[in-house]
Amino acid sequence: MTEITLIEAIRQAMDEELARDDRVFIIGEDVGVRGGVFRATQGLFEKYGEERVIDSPLAELSIVGVGIGAAVYGKRPICEIQFADFIYPAFNQIISEAAKMYYRSNGQWSVPMVIRAPYGGGIGGGLYHSQSVEAFFTHVPGLKVVIPSNPYDAKGLLKSAVRDPNPVLFFEPKKGYRLIKGPVPENDKEYTVPIGPAKVTREGQDLSVFAYGMMHHYALQAAATVAKEGIDVEVVDLRTLYPVDRETILTSIQKTSKALIVHEDNLTGGYGAEIAATIAEWGFMYLDAPVRRLAGPDVPAVPFSHPMQEWFMINPEKIAEAIRDLAAF
Amino acid sequence: MPEKVVMPQLGESIVEGTVTGWHKQEGDEIEEFDALLDVETDKVTSEIPSPASGTLLKILVPVGETVPVGTVLAWIGKPGEEIIDADKKITHHHEPHETPDSESIIDEPIMQHPAGRNEELGYISPVVARLAREKNIDLSKVKGTGMDGRITKKDVQNYIKQYKSVEEAEVPIWETPADGDLFRPTELIFGKKMEEPAPDHQQEVDATPGETIALTPMRKRIAEHMVQSMHTAPHVTTVMEADMSQVARHRTIANQEVGSEVHLTFTAYILSAIISGLKAVPLANSTWTDAGIRIHKQINLGMAVALPDGGLIVPVIKNADELSLIGLAKKIDDLANRARAGRLKPDEVKNGTFSLTNHGTKGSLFATPIINQPQSGILGAGLIQKRAVVINDAIAIRPMVYLSYSFDHRILDGASADTFLAQVVDTLENWQ
Repeated sequence: MTEITLIEAIRQAMDEELARDDRVFIIGEDVGVRGGVFRATQGLFEKYGEERVIDSPLAELSIVGVGIGAAVYGKRPICEIQFADFIYPAFNQIISEAAKMYYRSNGQWSVPMVIRAPYGGGIGGGLYHSQSVEAFFTHVPGLKVVIPSNPYDAKGLLKSAVRDPNPVLFFEPKKGYRLIKGPVPENDKEYTVPIGPAKVTREGQDLSVFAYGMMHHYALQAAATVAKEGIDVEVVDLRTLYPVDRETILTSIQKTSKALIVHEDNLTGGYGAEIAATIAEWGFMYLDAPVRRLAGPDVPAVPFSHPMQEWFMINPEKIAEAIRDLAAF
Repeated sequence: MPEKVVMPQLGESIVEGTVTGWHKQEGDEIEEFDALLDVETDKVTSEIPSPASGTLLKILVPVGETVPVGTVLAWIGKPGEEIIDADKKITHHHEPHETPDSESIIDEPIMQHPAGRNEELGYISPVVARLAREKNIDLSKVKGTGMDGRITKKDVQNYIKQYKSVEEAEVPIWETPADGDLFRPTELIFGKKMEEPAPDHQQEVDATPGETIALTPMRKRIAEHMVQSMHTAPHVTTVMEADMSQVARHRTIANQEVGSEVHLTFTAYILSAIISGLKAVPLANSTWTDAGIRIHKQINLGMAVALPDGGLIVPVIKNADELSLIGLAKKIDDLANRARAGRLKPDEVKNGTFSLTNHGTKGSLFATPIINQPQSGILGAGLIQKRAVVINDAIAIRPMVYLSYSFDHRILDGASADTFLAQVVDTLENWQ
């Protein structure tokens, strides 16, 4: 196992899938010659050529539309949306075509396509380069929504996503691309991480923190901080947001009886509401405190101004404070 | 302090009782242990003595009402004494499948604390309310360490640990995450949405003049048991007759010998013959289960007793094979007398493995009795009647009885059933 960055894990996953299956190809803005704005596809254009690593026009609608057509035709496209903020032009294609193809054709056609998109703020990206968009898609049956929090899961989940017979939205915490490092098996080209199960990444008795992506990374840091104060926190990395792993969530609640849900996206109508509802509906008799959500404030965008960005962003200190508050209840 | 009268648990499996009469009225004086009220369960009627001396201040449960075990029925105290929550019926919920009190820390059943804002105790969370209910904990005795003195789950767990110094280590709830309703399909939790509507016979019944007799708990239980038994076991009835001359002779002599100590009835002989039959054919002393036919080691004989006010009850003679004929007779006498007086203990009507019904008392010759589930058979004894029978090509007059044996055809076949019944007949005919 060698320590690699999150972005390197993603690059490796695509490299290995391109090598494994010649139906796999990548399409997106600047993914070819430039190797992607975040270098996620660096070296792949040279290795696999312009027909398998395709530079698209600046038109997300067509990136996804082409992906759907190719997927139905039998290819395995990996569409890159440069920033999740730019996914909206393709929204109709994703919701009305990709998500529904298998269902409306009664299983005759499916869309084995991956849409990769970096999400999240804290990188000075301002309005158009900081958004979290997962809640728009976790509402739609027919899609799978995956958000990894570490290199091991990122590589394993992306490979599973490429091999999945249905459309998978793969959102990558861009702030963590080079910040988050972790061990990944060096020579095991066949390891994957299944889409679906959440993972208890830290065991604890006092309360459960549910998070994903960058916020999961921060939640582990916060849990380590409050552990020194005697608060024993359990951390659950949701990993797959849709379909969600209710059993792991409820098992954790049975144990700790307190829940803190953390996400960077806005509070209202955010993905945390679904987790809170799940706990309220099936875990009510195990609760010892109200279910809490720590989420981005309900403002239209992540501000560009640095102090305002820090005000918006959830960080380990804010999570630790919320943990202390809930533990004291 | 006024004393409360609660619905007692009248037997292991009893979860509720019906108040059938009050011996005292509100305002009456009563002595401790004097009869206060009558309670009917699905099995027996019992007289409940007063738990204290004083004045019957308030009756909370009127005659005819059925309430769960632990419900406060009345208050006894000094005249004019104030009653706590006099108008509220405080029920202590026992779930039927719980093993009552095996886990409880406090002997006395105490009221439960619902989740939510509590004036004295602060906020009660769902898990605290649930733990308190399951472990029967009086939360006012638990020290709260949460926000504003709220009792937390940990406080309850620590309290439990403190009082659970001995025996089994407690299994934390998260060790059995798949238990309970949490992961069951919703259909199982909420039941089927679309139940077949029952055919409406009611209109037809209403059209003909008549009166409706209210169902007593016993009537309901009998109805349920009979229907269930007929649905469960394919009944076959086989009939043989027995010459009771030897038994009659033995009985006359034996009754002179034992004097007035005990009255030997034919029932004792027939039960004794059944025991001999069950020993010869153990399959007849069994219960059908999905896992297989369970052969019982004990022979526990039930005998149906008709009650003066209608209905019937089946007291059980446990380990009947360990009793002598006289012992059986004594036991029959005792159980039948107490059954008719309504003084059976609920546990005395349980765990039978085979039953006898004496349907001949009013002249019935033979019958097709219904098996008392989960047993595998029932023997019906008809009227003992002098009849002309042919013995060695001569006509003789003998006291004869028809024995009708209904058996569960899942377990026994005609051959094995008849082997059992023949053994019963043989024992009676050749009584020594």
